[in-house]
Amino acid sequence: MTPFTYERAIDRQAALALGAGSGAKYLGGGTNLVDLMRETIEHPEVLVDVTGLSCGIEETGDGGLRIGAGAKNTAVAADRRVRERYPLLAQAILAGASAQIRNMATVGGNLLQRTRCGYFYDDAARCNKRETGAGCDAIEGFNRMHAILGASAACVATHPSDMAVALAALDAVATVEGQSGARDIPLVEFHLLPGETPQIETVLKPGELVTAVTLPREGFAGRSTYRKVRDRASYAFALVSVAAALDLEAGTVKAVRLALGGVAHRPWRATAAEDALTGGPATEAAFRAAAEAELAPAQGLRDNAFKIELARRVITDTLVKLAALRETA
Amino acid sequence: MPILQNAMMAVMKKAIALAPDSFIPGGKPDPLIRHKHGLIGAPISRIDGPLKVSGRATFAAEVPMEGLTYAALKYSSIARGRIVEIDTAAAENAPGVVLVMTYKNAPRLKPMPLFLTKPKAAGGDDVPIMQDDQIHWNGQPVALVLAETQEQADHAQSLIRVIYEAGGDGVTSLEVAKAKGSEPGVFQGETLKLEIEDAEAMLAAAPHKIDVRYTTPRHNHNPIELHAATLAWQGDRLRIHDAVQGVAHVAWTIAQVFGIDEEKVHVTSPYVGGAFGSKNLSQHQVLAAAAAQLAQRPVRIMVSREGVFRIIGGRTITEQRVALGAQADGTLVALIHTGTVAMTPHNNMPEPFIQPAKSAYASRSFLLDVETVKMNMMANTFMRAPGEAVGTFGLESGIDELAHAMGMDPIDLRLKNEPEKDPTTGLPFSQRGIVEAWKAGRERFGWRARRGPGARRDGDWFVGIGCAAGTYPYYRMPGGAARITLSKDGHATIGIAAHEMGMGTSTAQTQIAAERLGLPMDALTFNYADTKLPGVVLAGGSQQTAAIGAAVIAAHHKLVGELLKLAGNDSPLAGLTPDEVGGLDGGLCALDDESRCESYASILSRAKREEVSVEAKAPLPLEFLHWSMHSHSALFCEVRVNAVTGEIRVSRFLGSFDCGRIINSKTAASQFRGGIIMGLGLALMEETQFDERTGRIMNPSLAEYHVPVHLDVPEIDIIWSDEADPHTPMGARGVGEIGITGVGAAVANAVFNATGKRVRDLPITLDKVI
Repeated sequence: MTPFTYERAIDRQAALALGAGSGAKYLGGGTNLVDLMRETIEHPEVLVDVTGLSCGIEETGDGGLRIGAGAKNTAVAADRRVRERYPLLAQAILAGASAQIRNMATVGGNLLQRTRCGYFYDDAARCNKRETGAGCDAIEGFNRMHAILGASAACVATHPSDMAVALAALDAVATVEGQSGARDIPLVEFHLLPGETPQIETVLKPGELVTAVTLPREGFAGRSTYRKVRDRASYAFALVSVAAALDLEAGTVKAVRLALGGVAHRPWRATAAEDALTGGPATEAAFRAAAEAELAPAQGLRDNAFKIELARRVITDTLVKLAALRETA
Repeated sequence: MPILQNAMMAVMKKAIALAPDSFIPGGKPDPLIRHKHGLIGAPISRIDGPLKVSGRATFAAEVPMEGLTYAALKYSSIARGRIVEIDTAAAENAPGVVLVMTYKNAPRLKPMPLFLTKPKAAGGDDVPIMQDDQIHWNGQPVALVLAETQEQADHAQSLIRVIYEAGGDGVTSLEVAKAKGSEPGVFQGETLKLEIEDAEAMLAAAPHKIDVRYTTPRHNHNPIELHAATLAWQGDRLRIHDAVQGVAHVAWTIAQVFGIDEEKVHVTSPYVGGAFGSKNLSQHQVLAAAAAQLAQRPVRIMVSREGVFRIIGGRTITEQRVALGAQADGTLVALIHTGTVAMTPHNNMPEPFIQPAKSAYASRSFLLDVETVKMNMMANTFMRAPGEAVGTFGLESGIDELAHAMGMDPIDLRLKNEPEKDPTTGLPFSQRGIVEAWKAGRERFGWRARRGPGARRDGDWFVGIGCAAGTYPYYRMPGGAARITLSKDGHATIGIAAHEMGMGTSTAQTQIAAERLGLPMDALTFNYADTKLPGVVLAGGSQQTAAIGAAVIAAHHKLVGELLKLAGNDSPLAGLTPDEVGGLDGGLCALDDESRCESYASILSRAKREEVSVEAKAPLPLEFLHWSMHSHSALFCEVRVNAVTGEIRVSRFLGSFDCGRIINSKTAASQFRGGIIMGLGLALMEETQFDERTGRIMNPSLAEYHVPVHLDVPEIDIIWSDEADPHTPMGARGVGEIGITGVGAAVANAVFNATGKRVRDLPITLDKVI
């Protein structure tokens, strides 16, 4: 670990002032950042601890819920309003990491966690995220955990979050603040595809701090689920995960939300599948066709081609089971 | 304990005769075997348990020392070649740095003598240790930093810059290694090749046969306690607080490296957080001792988890062919188990996967062969049941495949081929109860509920059951010796340089010695893992129970002889020989007249002695010349395989064991369960990702190298026969390694029964069954 300065921000203004300095990074629970510092992949000069700020979960006034970025993952998953109105989010959080990690990890930090690609983590390997133009050793290496959608010749890494997949499906909005003010970013636009610049992972500008995530009124509490497929029963990153929500009316899909995890550089909102389904019949054939449509551009690498078929199956099966549910809310 | 049982014990309690000190034909069995109501077999909790769970056990990386420095290692990032330039200036100038050691300033050291090349050799590799610019594997230590704190050492290490030049002769691809040619493996002095009759011809002529290939990946050691040592030079003497499974071996081997007398190296290892074959002498102890010499300061080295992958290693990759030919009734006529394993130019560990096939089944012909090829990688090493853990995957999957091909029940097929004597050596079995283990397990598990492949479904889940046999040999290595000291307050202390890595050795051996001496357990202290104690006892090959047992028996004989001499003519014991007395109630009694007794305290006090101390060596393990000695298990597994995703969940497991007499039913059951859990990891998830382009291990972390978590482990039911082996001390055989054997095949066979998909390539991940 490279030596650094630790600052604890007493309020948001102080945090933004400290965060504007070069070499500064905001510190949440540290479950990913500190790990990367130990591996000497990240070496911030100043750590600005923001865990004391914005921890609350409050009503928005229009039926939504505003979650402070400093809220611990455990607190969000355990919150009665989240569990009752946004069970998809609670399920996704509980599918991630371990209880100990969730007790430390914050909502803001969860969004900003970095890929688990082994070549990113090892500075003996080539990685365009770590060193622009260095090349990518994952494309022809161990890439079982890697992307099948939206990857580029520069990077095939995936975003590891479960929580963010549910947030993407729920049309959550992130609020970020910088010295020039605050702005709202829809979660689906928050993370970027790798393109030629895989080192740029989000739309955050230097010094900007995530302060909250807001859930809109509609939580699909009656017909939603998070399905995570992984290599062991717990404490493993998703091979493929599906956050799905359905609103049905007389056998017809009135609204559908579908997002995938473990398949791309960002939580993958499956808009092609959603478009194919909306207004159509809620049948297995339609679900399968929608999954096919979403996965049409998918490309497999040496070790991960199975994910295309796996995603097809999990999307279809999850929607079939959701459609068969009796409305509970 | 219920009062009635207590009373029964009092009635039945008898003096126990001394055990024979060798186990050869015509000899009498250990009298403890007949003794059914004492401490042997009792579910006694580990005596080191309270210390460990309350954090009061001081492990190797926790031993305090005045003026301690902390070490960090830098590992090479190429597999073969040389260091062109190594820039240590920034590291040397970093805060707190005491020393940066590279090949340029390291003291002159000899290579570690390789394991098994000398009685006490314990080196995992024999490359020069930081002596030149040569790189032999990706991950080889190229520099060591000593600093005032661990954090300072870790940081300074990251500032070292190395420029390498890749060597043209490096091999990191298995295909390239195979193309260069193979050599037969030699294990424990024996070539791993065995031919009886013409197996290929008999296979070709057999009416029923299978001929298939299995592969197993590299596995890495991951004991919870990281490899660590705290050490210091005191003049020309080296003191090492270590975490190892062979103190005498480590002391001797490191003495060779430094060219000093082994008496000058004092190694202790009282607490070890798991070893599994990985905790012997590795480069980290040598480098730490070298740095301590250069810096003239004590050194603590704790290898990082990444470092365990880079410099400790584990099981190598195997490619196995299993071909079985059978007659119409299932009688095997050909058993072929051959294949290739990867090794390095700098070690000699040809993963001996053919060991199970040597004695598991009768067959008219055999062809067994382990070929080795060489790669530039971390030297592969011993890992719980080396050979058997992966060999049983091939062999026992093959048996299942043959049974399926013949439409025969796989247990019936195994019972049909039960040998009367060792099928490849012709020796009689010392004791073999696998048939009973199969029958007991079959009944208890509900094997009759088994249906054809893919026939059982519960909602989204296919449900299947499978079985496999496990096997592991009985070992007792030469070198056992023990000291018994009896003090006049009636307290006995056993001393032997054996090991406790969490298996329950100290507890089980206290039970045994208390029983032999006729003392309560709290009147007995078992001292171990210190080179100042007698004996050369490797905690390997599941041999410790027998090795310690035989040494204590020998010392006990000597002790009783001394005591009878001291007792003299004024004792009720006067005139009796050691064979005519036994331990009972804190003293000795005549076997045929329990009114003739004298307590130890009385004997010593009359002789005006504070204590009597004896030391004796265990006899050579001649039992191997006379019998084929093996433990066995019959394993039953139920899996659920998700029809949509291919996710595999083990839902039930039963291990039915035949391991001789069980000494401690609690610690033994934990050993079996732990082995089975490790086997579930082998079956379903463990795989070291070795990048063949660079020889780099890409998942050196417990986040990416998967082992089972709690949710992956079902209730594991354990039963055993408890049938004593009359030719071993206490009638026991080891229980440390057998647990993992056969588990890979039991899971694979259950997956086949669930889905109809045969996975021949470990680990069985969901993409292979989807």
